[in-house]
Amino acid sequence: MIPRPRPERFRLRRTMMFMNAQKPGLFKDAYIYGCDSIMLDLEDAVAENQKDAARFSLYHALKTIDYGDTEVIVRINGLDTPHWQEDIRVCVAAGADGIRIAKCESAQDVKTVEAAVEAAEKEFGVEVGRTLLMAALESPKGILNAYEICSASDRMFGVAISGGDFRKSMQTVPQPDGVDMLFARGQMLLAARAAGIQCFDTVFTDLDDEEGFRREVLQNKAMGFDGKSLINPKQIRFVHEVYAPSEKEVIQAEKIVRTVRENAAKGLGVFTVDGKMIDIAFLPGAERTLRLAKAYGMYEGDLV
Amino acid sequence: MKNAVGRDIPEELLVNGKEVYQGKNYMDGKYVQKVGPKTRRYEAPQESKIVASLADALRQCGAASGMTFSFHHHLRDGDYVVNMVMKAAIEELGLEDLTIAATSLGNAHDPIADYIEQGKVIGIQTSGIRGRIGEVVSAGKLKTPAIVRSHGGRPRAIEAGEVHIDIAFVAAPTSDCVGNCRGIGGKSNCGSMGYAMTDAKFADHVVVVTDCLVDFPNMPASVEAIDVDAVVVVDSIGNPKKIASAAARISQNPRDLMMAENVAKVIASTPYFKDGFSFQTGVGGPSLAANLFIEKIMDERNIKMGWAIGGICGPMVELLKKDKVGKVIDVQDFDLDAVNSINQTPGHYEMSASQYANPANKGAFVNKLDFVVLAALEIDTSFNVNVLTGSDGVLRGAPGGHPDTAAGSKCCVIVTPLVRGRMATVCEHVVTVTTPGDCVDVLVTDYGIAVNPLRQDLVKCLDEAGIPHVTIESLKEKAYSLVGRPDDLQWEDKVVAVLEARDGTILDVVKKIKPYHI
Repeated sequence: MIPRPRPERFRLRRTMMFMNAQKPGLFKDAYIYGCDSIMLDLEDAVAENQKDAARFSLYHALKTIDYGDTEVIVRINGLDTPHWQEDIRVCVAAGADGIRIAKCESAQDVKTVEAAVEAAEKEFGVEVGRTLLMAALESPKGILNAYEICSASDRMFGVAISGGDFRKSMQTVPQPDGVDMLFARGQMLLAARAAGIQCFDTVFTDLDDEEGFRREVLQNKAMGFDGKSLINPKQIRFVHEVYAPSEKEVIQAEKIVRTVRENAAKGLGVFTVDGKMIDIAFLPGAERTLRLAKAYGMYEGDLV
Repeated sequence: MKNAVGRDIPEELLVNGKEVYQGKNYMDGKYVQKVGPKTRRYEAPQESKIVASLADALRQCGAASGMTFSFHHHLRDGDYVVNMVMKAAIEELGLEDLTIAATSLGNAHDPIADYIEQGKVIGIQTSGIRGRIGEVVSAGKLKTPAIVRSHGGRPRAIEAGEVHIDIAFVAAPTSDCVGNCRGIGGKSNCGSMGYAMTDAKFADHVVVVTDCLVDFPNMPASVEAIDVDAVVVVDSIGNPKKIASAAARISQNPRDLMMAENVAKVIASTPYFKDGFSFQTGVGGPSLAANLFIEKIMDERNIKMGWAIGGICGPMVELLKKDKVGKVIDVQDFDLDAVNSINQTPGHYEMSASQYANPANKGAFVNKLDFVVLAALEIDTSFNVNVLTGSDGVLRGAPGGHPDTAAGSKCCVIVTPLVRGRMATVCEHVVTVTTPGDCVDVLVTDYGIAVNPLRQDLVKCLDEAGIPHVTIESLKEKAYSLVGRPDDLQWEDKVVAVLEARDGTILDVVKKIKPYHI
């Protein structure tokens, strides 16, 4: 029995690595690769007649293995399948940190899952509200309803686009410059930021195309994504490299955080750091920079 | 008597000057009296040394009961020669009480287990023991304890006369009619024949067994006609598919790759990682993959590897062809890329087992090594490594060059997953010590890195490079927390195998395993 701490709604999620819940030999210790979150998949990766076995493996893995600081999210089957209710019961009973709602198209979808999660929490004696939610947008309708989805529940920590299905419905395929999903990504990012939750990009499936992967991750960061879904541990390092701040940014962020906190104690709201005007609005960004630096091993201080 | 790695060595083994293991470099500076073989003169010119059959060759060399026959393992799991020779000796000539002194024995030699059970083979001396031979020896069916030596310890023992080879059998992919042998140009190619070289020089008689007779002179010869008594031509010396794989592929397993990357980082953090450094790696998943990551860091720092040794496979040959390593010196080949490169690619040379690893000679390559990357079946909290016995106590492994390279190199990195199935690789006490902990410097696992506390200099290197590391005790505890703590093995008193350290002292013994009752 491994008791996991209450999940943190907003934490670093640079890398979310998909693992097939049907393969306990692989996901049992997937945390060793250093991704921020593991995404155990009960949906597409698991054959229709193996759903039950996969749930069984997932339950026992979470109950016996210490995943430490690595977040464990489970992608459940779609609401149009006979599997999702039982998936939710297993996730909650096992103590998963969060649930990813596949093919989410409306706020109602989120609320439907939320109700089932709450019921399961009561059934298994889990603190109500503990289990986090995120939504995967896989259709044009999901993208158009992004804001209502993002703001549908206090449990929602993030939203992700699922490129495979989305591109099919848009009659396109991956383009080197990302133009195929440029608008959808932008719309989803806007909605997520407006709702105050995180936003993640889709997987890059061609493991041999390192150049393409790098291009996409750089674009993700430039667009403002919090992180990326991955399909292989070898993709982790580059994403973490890209999301690592520069030495200069870290020094600047450290100064801002320290000065804002000191001045807040003195009752000062606006001041200058290295000749630049700084106020309280700079604090979240600076703190995020320090958290990213800490996660990358560049910062060992105690400001975050 | 307890030795330097805490193993109790039975007194009855400590005769004729045999000592227990005293620690690294204990024999340094001492003198050794080398022995010479008694060989037959072939003064009258001979047209050819070809004889009709193995039985004829055995008769010509005066084969008799009680003799020691030597073999080398370049044909690996494809080898037919050991079985052919022993069959002729035992079933055709009716010989008994034979000892096999091989550089390694494996699954290809399962039929030899029958001769052990029948009492026809009474001694085994080898650097590797697997398959049914390992099982029958572990069951106590060999009349005398098997003697297990490293690849360097074996030529040392031969030169010192601790093993006297009556007849050496050379499995030759090509030979001419008087016994100049090469490992290439035939149908069962193995490349380097380095392990056969010392045997041919120190055996009283040498018989070449080949399946491809070529024109005289077969040059440059790995084993020379000047040492050969007879040549036997057979249909096939081995199964080419099992001699050398098509190409050793670098693992795509993410766990292997992660460990390999950490191995490269550790190596690059040390002061030895500079232009001209020397390197050896095994062919196991993470060991071989380390090549890939080391190459990347070499490129980043704009440095080249000076030379590499060992069992060689394609990825190392690739580095040579790309001019990223100056020279490759080769005692054995593992894939066709390496087989086809030796003595062909400029800078790719062959060497003998003695030149490779013998601790008693004056210039073994292992003693000039900067880095070696090795695997382990088990490693304990004193950094002792076992690569010989399974968790059930049965002989199923090979020290090979492991102890030699670990002792000779400046930085020995062991890379292994923390657990294998239900077995903890990092454990409290290894079943058998094959490489003493004072020769092992860094352990890289999928759950973390540990540095031998004897190497505070390396601890500092890792710290300065920001490479996280933990104690080996914590890795052991993690392993036990995952798979449980195994019960101790139960042994009988009978010693079934003696494990010699490379210097000839006794490092450990393997006893007969007691059947386990739940």
